[in-house]
Amino acid sequence: MRFGVVIFPGTWSDMDFHHVISQVLHQPVEYVWHRDTDVDRFDCLVLPGGFSYGDYLRAGAVAGRSPIVAALPGFVARGGLVLGSCNGFQILCEAGLLPGTLLRNDCLQFRCQWTHVAVEQTESPFTRGLRRGQVLKMPIAHGEGRYHVDQGLLRQLQERDQIVFRYATEAGEVTHAANPNGSVWNIAGVSNEEGTVVGLMPHPERAAETSVGSTDGLLLFHSVLGSLVENGSVLGR
Amino acid sequence: MPMTGSEPKVTPDLAVAHGLTREEYDRVVDLLGRDPTYAELGLFSALWSEHCSYKSSRVHLRRLPTKGPHVLQGPGENAGVVDVGGGLALAFKIESHNHPSFIEPFQGAATGVGGILRDIFTMGARPIALLDSLRFGPPEDPTTRHLLGGVVAGISHYGNCFGCPTVGGEVGFAPEYARNPLVNVLCLGLVPKGGIYRARADGVGNTFVYVGAKTGRDGIHGATMASEAFDETSAERRPTVQVGDPFTEKLLLEACLEAFRTGAVVGIQDMGAAGLACSLSEMPARAGTGADVDLDRVPQREPGMTPYEILLSESQERMLLVVERGREVEVQRIFHKWELDAVPIGRVTGDGVLRARVRGEVVAEVAVKALTEGAPEYERPRVRPGWLDGERAFDPRTLPEPEDLGSVLLRLMAAPTIASKRRIWRQYDHMVGINTLVLPGSDAAVLRIKGTPRAVAVATDGNARYGYLDPFQGGAMAVAEAARNVVCAGGRPLAVTNCLNFASPERPEIMWQFSETVDGIAAACEALGIPVTGGNVSFYNETLGRPILPTPVIGVVGLLENAERRTTQWFEEDGDVVLLLGEPAGRLGGSEYLQTVHGRLSGPLAPLDLERERAVQSACLAVIEAGVVRSAHDCAEGGLAVALAECCVSGPRQIGATVTLPEGERVTDTLFGEAPSRILITVASADVDRVSRIVREWTVPLHVLGRVGGERLEMRIGARHVSLPVHSLADAFENGLAWALDQPIEARERAPVDGHADRGRAR
Repeated sequence: MRFGVVIFPGTWSDMDFHHVISQVLHQPVEYVWHRDTDVDRFDCLVLPGGFSYGDYLRAGAVAGRSPIVAALPGFVARGGLVLGSCNGFQILCEAGLLPGTLLRNDCLQFRCQWTHVAVEQTESPFTRGLRRGQVLKMPIAHGEGRYHVDQGLLRQLQERDQIVFRYATEAGEVTHAANPNGSVWNIAGVSNEEGTVVGLMPHPERAAETSVGSTDGLLLFHSVLGSLVENGSVLGR
Repeated sequence: MPMTGSEPKVTPDLAVAHGLTREEYDRVVDLLGRDPTYAELGLFSALWSEHCSYKSSRVHLRRLPTKGPHVLQGPGENAGVVDVGGGLALAFKIESHNHPSFIEPFQGAATGVGGILRDIFTMGARPIALLDSLRFGPPEDPTTRHLLGGVVAGISHYGNCFGCPTVGGEVGFAPEYARNPLVNVLCLGLVPKGGIYRARADGVGNTFVYVGAKTGRDGIHGATMASEAFDETSAERRPTVQVGDPFTEKLLLEACLEAFRTGAVVGIQDMGAAGLACSLSEMPARAGTGADVDLDRVPQREPGMTPYEILLSESQERMLLVVERGREVEVQRIFHKWELDAVPIGRVTGDGVLRARVRGEVVAEVAVKALTEGAPEYERPRVRPGWLDGERAFDPRTLPEPEDLGSVLLRLMAAPTIASKRRIWRQYDHMVGINTLVLPGSDAAVLRIKGTPRAVAVATDGNARYGYLDPFQGGAMAVAEAARNVVCAGGRPLAVTNCLNFASPERPEIMWQFSETVDGIAAACEALGIPVTGGNVSFYNETLGRPILPTPVIGVVGLLENAERRTTQWFEEDGDVVLLLGEPAGRLGGSEYLQTVHGRLSGPLAPLDLERERAVQSACLAVIEAGVVRSAHDCAEGGLAVALAECCVSGPRQIGATVTLPEGERVTDTLFGEAPSRILITVASADVDRVSRIVREWTVPLHVLGRVGGERLEMRIGARHVSLPVHSLADAFENGLAWALDQPIEARERAPVDGHADRGRAR
C-alpha cells in the first residue's frame, strides 16, 4: 500500500508519520509537497499535525485552500483514503471534506497529554479492524481541538455513523473528565459519509511503538492495511 | 567618511548614551584613527556591549575546562557539539532571555526559544528538544502571575508552533527575582558528524546571502538593553523587544537544512543579538577575512531605514549565509520554495575590513577584529561580601524541631519550587518528533536517537540558595546535581553548557560571586570529567538596585548506549527494596525546609566532596547498566523525606513505601537536610546482594532503607514515626503550584475596581 505524507509550510508531524509508516509498518511512503496535485500513485494520503501557515488565521484555514487539498475530492472519488490528524483534521474540516469545526480548547490553553478514545464505529477502512467500544491510548497536542457541530448536525452524524472516536476513560466510559478540550459529545474523530476520509485530534503516530508508551495508534494503520488485503484493494485498481 | 541623511553627529556624549564609556569611545577613535560615523558607533556599541563581547566575564570563563574526548566543538561557536557515536553528533547550548522577558514576557520568552533554536540549526543540526530553566518572584505577587503566565504562554507558542518538543527544565521562586525573572532556554539537536556547519566567512569572493524574514525597526539596541540594569522606566523599553514568528522560523529551519545538503553553503550565522552587525563582523573575524556589503539590498520591512537601523535591527528569523561563488541561485531556489527571501548582499573580501555601502557610498569601514577581538576586556574589582560570614554563621540547630513532621512534609511537597510543574509543562508539546522516552516529571528527560540503540539524557539545574551562601559550592553543586540527574536516568554525562545569571559586574561583590561560581563550576567539571562546550553570561540582572541571587544554571547532556536501560524516578513495584547510595544525613543550611518553614536563607551548606560525588554517580551508573535498577532519584530540595515522597507520587501509579532512616542527631537533618552525592534507588529484593557488590567496588556507602508498597509512606527515625497516605502527598504535590498561584490576591494589591478605577479622571 502506498502512503503519501503531505507537507504544508509549518507541518511538523510529517517526519513522525513517515517514520512509523516506513520503519514500523515497512510500507512504501513518500512526502507530498502541498503544491503537488498529482497524487493518484497513492492509496492513502496522510495530512499530519503542525501549524500550517502558522495557523495565524484559524487553524487549517489557509492550508484548507491549498492545491493539494483542492485535489483531495477527486482523489477520494477515485477510491483514495485520507487520514488527517491534529492540524490535518483541522484542515479537512476547513476544506469542508469533514463536517464540523475545531474551536479553541475550553481551557484556553495548549494541551499535550495522553488521552483515551473509545471506538464508535467500525465501518471505515481505518477502523474496520477494531471493535466498537475498544479503547485506544493516544496523545493529543493542540490548542484548538474542541470539536463543534450544532445539535442538528450532531444528530445527523450520529444517525449516519460518522463519529469515529470519543474521548473516554481508560475503562471506556465517556465522561466529562475524560474530555480534554470541551469537544461536543466528547468527539475526538469523525469521518465522511463513506468512511474514506477520517480526521482525529489525537496523534496515532505518537502511539506506534512500545518505547514511547503505546502501540494503539498502529491499529488504525493495521486496519487500513487489513482492509486492503481483505478486499483485494480498496481502490479497485 | 560621508554621513547619510539626518543622522546625528557623533560625539563622546552620544557614545555614552549608546552605552560605551568615555574610555571605550577613546579606544574606538584610536582604533579607527578618526571619529566614527553614526553607523560605526552603532557597530561598536552593539559589539562591545557586555552581551556580545563578554568583556567582564571572558577573563574568568577561560578557567573553565573545555576539552574532552567527545568534544567536536567547544565554546566560541553558535553551539557546542559532542560525539554521540554512530556517526552522529549532538549540538547543544543554553541561553538567557531574562531582560526581554521582564519587559514583555510573552514575546521575550518566545524569542528566547527562537534564538536558541537558530543557534542549534545553524550548526547543521535538527533541533530535537528544548528545556527551560525559569525563576520568578513569590507566586502570591501579582507581577509573578503576569510574568509566569506570559513566559509560559510565550514558550508554548513558539516551541509548539515550531515543532520542537519542550521536554524538561525547572521553575524556581524567590523574592529576589520579583522584578527580574530568569528565562534560560536550552536546545539540543542532532547532526551527522560530517555535516557540522560553522559561523565562518571563508573563501574570498564567496557571497553573503541574507535569508529569512525581512529587516524591520524592531529590537534595535536589544544587546545594549540586555547589558544594563533596570529601573522604573523599564517598561518604556518595550520597543527593544522583538516579536517572534515561529512559523517563519520553521520554514527557515527546513530551508537551511535543505540548503546545507547542496554543499554550496560555506558558513552560516544567526542574526540574533546585534543582528547584521554581529554576523558581518564575527563571521569574517573567525575566518580572517572581511566583508563588503550593500545595505540597500537587505530585504526591508519598511522604507527609509538608515544604515544604522539596518545594521542593528534584531528582527527575528533571519540568517546570514556564506555561499560558494557561482552557486547562489541553487541556494536561493530552496529558500524561494519555502517562500523566504534569499538575497546576495555582498562578498567575502581578503582585507579584514567590514565595509558597508548605501547607494554605493561607504557608510561604515571598520576592521572586523577591532569590533570582535578589539573589544575591551575587564578584570573588574572583586570583593568578598561582608554579610556572608554572618549568613553562614547561623546555626539551624538552634531552631526548635517541629512536633508534626508529617504536616511539614506536606507543606514542603506543596512548596512552589518542589511541587509538580505539570500545569506548566502540559502546555508544551513534549512529544513531537516521537523521541521522548522519558517525559517531563522525572530527574532528566531521555530522548532516543532513532536508528540506533542509543538515547540522550538531559537535565538542567541550578540552586541559587546555595550560590548565595557559597558561590563556589553553588557552582559546583549545580554541575554535580545536573550530572546526577542525568545519571539517575541512566545517562553517562558527556558535557556541560552553562548560563550564568548575575547582577551588575560593576559591583565588586557581584564580580566576586561570579568569579567564585566559575571556579566552582570548573572544579566540578574537572572532577566529573565533563567539559564545558559553551553557554551564556547574563549580567545586570537587577532592578532598582536589588540584585538577583547568583544563579548558575547548568545543563548536562549524557548518553545511554542502550536506551532500554533508561530509568525513571518513581517507585515501580510492590516489594522492591529502597536503597540509598551515599550518606543519609544532610544539613538544613540553605535548605528548602529553612526557607519554607522558617523563611530563612542562611546557615552553612553540607560539604561537597567531588571524589565522593564522582563515586556515587559511577556506582549508580554501574548498577543501572547492569540492568537491575527499577528507579533512581536524586535527593535534592527538601531532602530525603521529599525525595521519598516524590518517588511515591510522581509516577503513573501512586505507591507507598515503608522505610527506616538512620537516626542522626536531629530528626529534621535526616528528613529535610540537603546534601549532594545521594541517590535513592529501588531494586528487586533478589538483586540486593548483586547491587551491594557492585556499589562496594566504588567504595560508596549503601543503606537499605525499606520496601516499596502499600498506600502510605511510613518513615521511622528512632522513636519518631511519620506516616502519611500517599494520596495526601500526591494532592500536595500535584496542587501545590496551583494553590500558590491561584490564591486570591490581597485586596490592597488588586487592580482598581468600581469607583476607584476612575479616580482622578474628570467627569
